Amino acid sequence: MKTRLSLTVNGETHEVLVPVHKTLLEVLREDLGLTGTKHGCELGECGTCTVLVEGEPVLSCLALPVEMEGRAITTVEGMAEGSTLHPLQQAFAELGAAQCGYCTPGILLTAQRLLEDNPVPTRTEIKEALAGNLCRCTGYTKILDAVELAALRMGRQPAAGR
Amino acid sequence: MMRLPAFTYLAPPTVAEAARAVVEHGGEAMLVAGGTDLYPNMKRRQFEPKVLIGLGAIRELRGVSGRAREGLRIGPTTTLTAVARHPEIARHYGALATAAGLVSSPQLRNMGTIGGNVCVDTRCNYYNQAYEWRKAIGFCMKKDGDICLVAPSSSRCWAVSSSDTAPVLWSLGARVRLVGATGERTMPVEALYRDDGIEYLAKRPDEVLADILLPPADGWTSAYLKLRRRGSFDFPVLGVAVALRIEGAVVRDAKIVLGAVASLPRSAPAAASALVGERLTPEVITRVADLAAGPAKPLDNTDYAHFYRKKMTRVFVARALRRLGGLDGEGRAEEEVA
Amino acid sequence: MGTTPDPSRSMLSEGAKPPSMEKHEFSVIGRPLPKIDAWAKVTGETKYADDLFLPRMAYGKILRSPHPHALIRRIDTTRARALPGVYAVITGWDLPRVKFGILPVSQDEEALCTEKVRMVGDAVAAVAAADEETAARACELIDVEYEPLASLMSIEESLGHPEVRIHEYGDGPNVHKNVSLQFGDVEAAFARADLVREDVFFFEGNTHLPMEQHAAVAAWGPDGKLTLWSSTQTPHYVHRLLAKILDVPAAHIRVIATAVGGAFGGKLDPFAHEIAACKLSQLTGRPVKIACTREEVFYIHRGRHPVLMWIKTGFTQDGGITGCHLKTWLDGGAYGSYGVASVFYTGVINPVTYKIPVYKFEGARIFTNKPPCGPKRGHGTPQPRFALECQIDKAAEQLGLDPAEMRKRILHEPFTKTANHLTVTTIGLGECIDKVVEASGWRRKWKGWCRPPALPAQPVLGEASEGAVTSAPSDKKRGIGIACSAYLTGAGTAIYWNSMPHSGVLLRADRGGGIAVLCGATDIGQGSDSILAYLPAEILGIDPKDIRVHAADTDLTPVDLGSYSSRVTLMCGTAAIQAAERLKGAIAEATGRKLGVAPQRLAFRDRKVGVPDDWDKAIPFAQAVELAESMHGVLAFAGSYAPPKRAGKYKGGGVGPSPCYSYSACVVDLTVDEESGEVELHDVWIAHDIGRALNPLLVEGQVEGSVYMGIGEALMEAQIFRKGLHKNPSMLEYKSPTTLETPEIHTILVETDDPEGPFGAKEAGQGPLLPVIPAIANAVYDAVGVRIDEIPIVPEKILKGLELRRQGKPPRVGPERIPLFTFKEPIVVESAFGQPAEAMAARPFADAPSSGDSR
Ligand SMILES: Cc1cc2nc3c(=O)[nH]c(=O)nc-3n(C[C@H](O)[C@H](O)[C@H](O)COP(=O)(O)OP(=O)(O)OC[C@H]3O[C@@H](n4cnc5c(N)ncnc54)[C@H](O)[C@@H]3O)c2cc1C
Ligand code: SF4
Ligand code: FES
Ligand code: FES
Repeated sequence: MKTRLSLTVNGETHEVLVPVHKTLLEVLREDLGLTGTKHGCELGECGTCTVLVEGEPVLSCLALPVEMEGRAITTVEGMAEGSTLHPLQQAFAELGAAQCGYCTPGILLTAQRLLEDNPVPTRTEIKEALAGNLCRCTGYTKILDAVELAALRMGRQPAAGR
Repeated sequence: MMRLPAFTYLAPPTVAEAARAVVEHGGEAMLVAGGTDLYPNMKRRQFEPKVLIGLGAIRELRGVSGRAREGLRIGPTTTLTAVARHPEIARHYGALATAAGLVSSPQLRNMGTIGGNVCVDTRCNYYNQAYEWRKAIGFCMKKDGDICLVAPSSSRCWAVSSSDTAPVLWSLGARVRLVGATGERTMPVEALYRDDGIEYLAKRPDEVLADILLPPADGWTSAYLKLRRRGSFDFPVLGVAVALRIEGAVVRDAKIVLGAVASLPRSAPAAASALVGERLTPEVITRVADLAAGPAKPLDNTDYAHFYRKKMTRVFVARALRRLGGLDGEGRAEEEVA
Repeated sequence: MGTTPDPSRSMLSEGAKPPSMEKHEFSVIGRPLPKIDAWAKVTGETKYADDLFLPRMAYGKILRSPHPHALIRRIDTTRARALPGVYAVITGWDLPRVKFGILPVSQDEEALCTEKVRMVGDAVAAVAAADEETAARACELIDVEYEPLASLMSIEESLGHPEVRIHEYGDGPNVHKNVSLQFGDVEAAFARADLVREDVFFFEGNTHLPMEQHAAVAAWGPDGKLTLWSSTQTPHYVHRLLAKILDVPAAHIRVIATAVGGAFGGKLDPFAHEIAACKLSQLTGRPVKIACTREEVFYIHRGRHPVLMWIKTGFTQDGGITGCHLKTWLDGGAYGSYGVASVFYTGVINPVTYKIPVYKFEGARIFTNKPPCGPKRGHGTPQPRFALECQIDKAAEQLGLDPAEMRKRILHEPFTKTANHLTVTTIGLGECIDKVVEASGWRRKWKGWCRPPALPAQPVLGEASEGAVTSAPSDKKRGIGIACSAYLTGAGTAIYWNSMPHSGVLLRADRGGGIAVLCGATDIGQGSDSILAYLPAEILGIDPKDIRVHAADTDLTPVDLGSYSSRVTLMCGTAAIQAAERLKGAIAEATGRKLGVAPQRLAFRDRKVGVPDDWDKAIPFAQAVELAESMHGVLAFAGSYAPPKRAGKYKGGGVGPSPCYSYSACVVDLTVDEESGEVELHDVWIAHDIGRALNPLLVEGQVEGSVYMGIGEALMEAQIFRKGLHKNPSMLEYKSPTTLETPEIHTILVETDDPEGPFGAKEAGQGPLLPVIPAIANAVYDAVGVRIDEIPIVPEKILKGLELRRQGKPPRVGPERIPLFTFKEPIVVESAFGQPAEAMAARPFADAPSSGDSR
């Protein structure tokens, strides 16, 4: 059974006609061409597919688009403001926090929410916030460093306070 | 990519309509809240409902109300994150906030609900596998087959109750209100569970969990400890929920409930009553921990060896009691070295 | 655990700077620049294989065996073909009947099994359909009749049942490979020793678990030409093998490695899904994508071999090693894969770390009905490293030596040979040990070999009483451990015999001053694309931004063998330097003529070319390129690299040689909870001899990732099988550490400026994993006095060890026996230990040293 849905992704509204049983992950990647959202298990076990719904990190592999109508969805493609990267993206690039880069979109979005809730997180708080995102490349070290750097930079420019 | 099987999706606006919808579709329909338990199970074909009845649109199921003094009402579609962060819960029903905050990962807690957690499917590492895997090893009676692979001579399923909040709610004396197509009932949360890995809930499919009701918190303190290999993602392979009412250092009332050691949460009444009238001395704690481990009969169908889970029951009960008695010298090991 | 950024977490060694560093100021080398693909990765632009969607694309799915070992009696695809939306169904009978394998000596695989399946997960048929769901449903409609055979699930079972044969070839029933090498007289060496230890260890198998599941898209055009986009580490080998497997001229096949979302050795073989996608594309006339599920990744993995090890070593009073004899039994799984190399690697790298004057190695790889093992980060070496480093610790205790000090006493001399004829060039291990000892506070924290007081006898409190539950805080015991390792920087030989380059680079200069770098190397996250930009940028005095790297496309890029054996930076880096020097020469000639100076006098920097003491006249790089193009025609220059030919002159001498070896030392600080057996890691200090850090950020990243993977292997990761099936083929039940289990990792880079490496660089991607595992095991012993001689070190084992200690038995948990097994008569060779390295061995394709030395 297909259903017509209106989804707001990265501030843009998309009308899609999709089977109800397609997950948000599948619709983002296969119907909207937003392949920045990755997947590593499709069972809620790795965090790779994280997107923000109303600003909260959720697992797109376990979310149904029918439940997402009228809610703001943010994917990694929506993190930058025009051509200006989010400070997290900048810091991840500069510090080598993305090795293979596959876990990166999910981690960036999870960290974005963390910094909104807690602009000056401790290292332990960052670890706790990112405990639902597996990365097999980095040992998390540079990822934690990059979140700290971004927090520091965002703190210095409260005007940019996203 | 693991994908969901096809289904129709309904989003009724009221509990009554939800219950009616289940009845209308016979055995074809299932309720779904956050979907974090049901969807992975559906992708592995452990459930194949033709109709899903989403509870997300039902306003009466959402949110926390009341005060600890007179008791709290938690709407079952409240997310685990919201439960863990709720100040009144964190302050007066500490173990519940802890348990909710220990479920899987932060993202999952933003989606998963406490109602879904109370009703979460039992688990077994012969069962939580993809369809092809289960077919290869031979289907078991929990789905598609007729034997038990853990205990082949058994006529029942021993899948493990794996909810973090269920043992805590039991230890806190929580009650649940169920609303079905033909009426409603309220009962202690423990009455919801059956000692069977398949029919693990004593509730009709059309009955919607509508309220989780916590009694007044007066004088109770509580703790929840969870055994698992990693600090995130993993289900409990042992949960220890302890609630105590202590007056002037003497335990007046006690409840100890174990999670993930059987197909339902297991209370340890003998251990609990051995605490009553006692102070939390190391000797008492050791004795109670031994007693509490009695009801734990884990089988070899989760992570960690079952003998280890059994052994840890004593350790974790003792730890929980030490924590509540203020006897845990957390951090002293570090001081020794520093 | 620190909560603020710790500046000591990354620091470059302050030791004496190698001479070339004083001589040269680098503009790119050694700087912590972002990777050139970082921007695409942080914005989600990077396309991985499963991100490709082509017009009319069909979706494929593989039907896999539900039996660990069975004959295929019949395959009927009729029902599947009849399903609406199904475009094609194939079995092995639709493919040319050739067996293949990544190594020429082990041609034992079929893309789709025709007559026999050897493991659960073996591919049997494949479907292409309009969508993935239809393809999956069609797979369920394929009827396969199997005749199950007895299955062999362990080394013991396979050796104990010679009547059941998994393969017909090999060195004996179910023995894939049996090797034996002897360098000098070990028995005499043991007779000379003051202490001889024999120990047995076991290392359970585990897997790479890249976050990206393997995926491939194939498009076979009507012109008969095939393009395969795949998540592979080795487009070249896939290219070669596809030609054989599909029986099509290699000239008509193009393999493109897409961005790879983690690999670690798991994407190094040609796989069924790649081959099936090609065939299905040919049959349907559509592009076909096959993306593996996570569970399938566990089946196709080629991960860490389970290895049982027996090791006998002679020690002198002062900690010296007189000789070492190692036996290894590898549980190879169902196919050969890289297995022959794996067996050798369990033996041949051992003598590189320390002075082992006399050495004997016997190894055997056994077939079992499990997913085949192969190369995972450290390929075959972490297992024996664990064994030897734990044994050295045990010997240090018996000899009453500080284990850090003892290790320092047995370091090789640089530029010498090992017993097994491997040439070692620079060695930074001494400095590595010093650095981790210092940074970790080893001297303060290591309390000597006095054992913690024995546990109190347990109060008897009914049956359940087994552990101490009340003595809270003192149940947590802190411990510290050390271990070291060495690893190769690129295998000295290719996997098929040839005398061509191992790596090639093509540089093309654009009139605008931009440079295109073409190279077959595959960036799997380690940053090889970036290295390919940094090195030419350094030499040509331009910004890495001025360079575009086009990599890993067998149509466009010169060969690179693949991202394995830590070979890429050294090999493609050296080739890139050669190409850049050639381009530089051409530009210098033209610019020299224009400026009226000798080309040798020209410097290239800041996007300009000129004479250093007359820099005002320097001309912009872009203009210099135009001058050069006017003089020489199109500016395109190639560089080639092949390693020096240093293979030992004995059979088997081809595995182990490498241009140079990296060294690492590691200290781990942890707490063991005696009540629960749980281990909490606090800090890991790791010092790594990188030769030169071309980009310290990337090196640290590799080191940190290696440490992380070592931690997972040491404490929780394991591939376990039950009733013929993988017990935990999921992200949830195969335990990979999260942020919460990962300690603070303090990386210290030591630079030795190796003459073999580009700008002196050695490897970083694998070696640093090796010492982590034994350092953890040794720290556990330091904490609670229990030896866990079996990886992973899980709480159950620690509790068992403590229980043994309490009972006054030897507090050791590990394998008790080794199989009755006859190894081959050894190939006996003189030990080359301590011989000086030959004067720099000539390298094929190298340019004669010119005045324009890049360094
Ligand atoms: C990787 C992973 C890790 C997990 N780890 C844990 C863990 O550590 N601890 C843990 O406890 N759980 C864990 N879970 C299970 C699950 O996510 C949680 O229990 C969650 O709270 C379930 O809530 P939900 O709303 O998503 O449930 P759903 O999936 O929506 O529902 C679960 C079941 O409850 C029924 N149900 C839900 N709401 C109601 C209602 N109001 N009335 C009647 N029936 C209802 C549904 O019909 C279904 O049968 C994990 C899941 C995954 C995928
Ligand atoms: S306990 Fe037995 S019947 Fe129940 S799920 Fe496990 S194997 Fe199946
Ligand atoms: S893909 Fe792994 S959690 Fe969604
Ligand atoms: S960067 Fe590769 S998985 Fe995180």
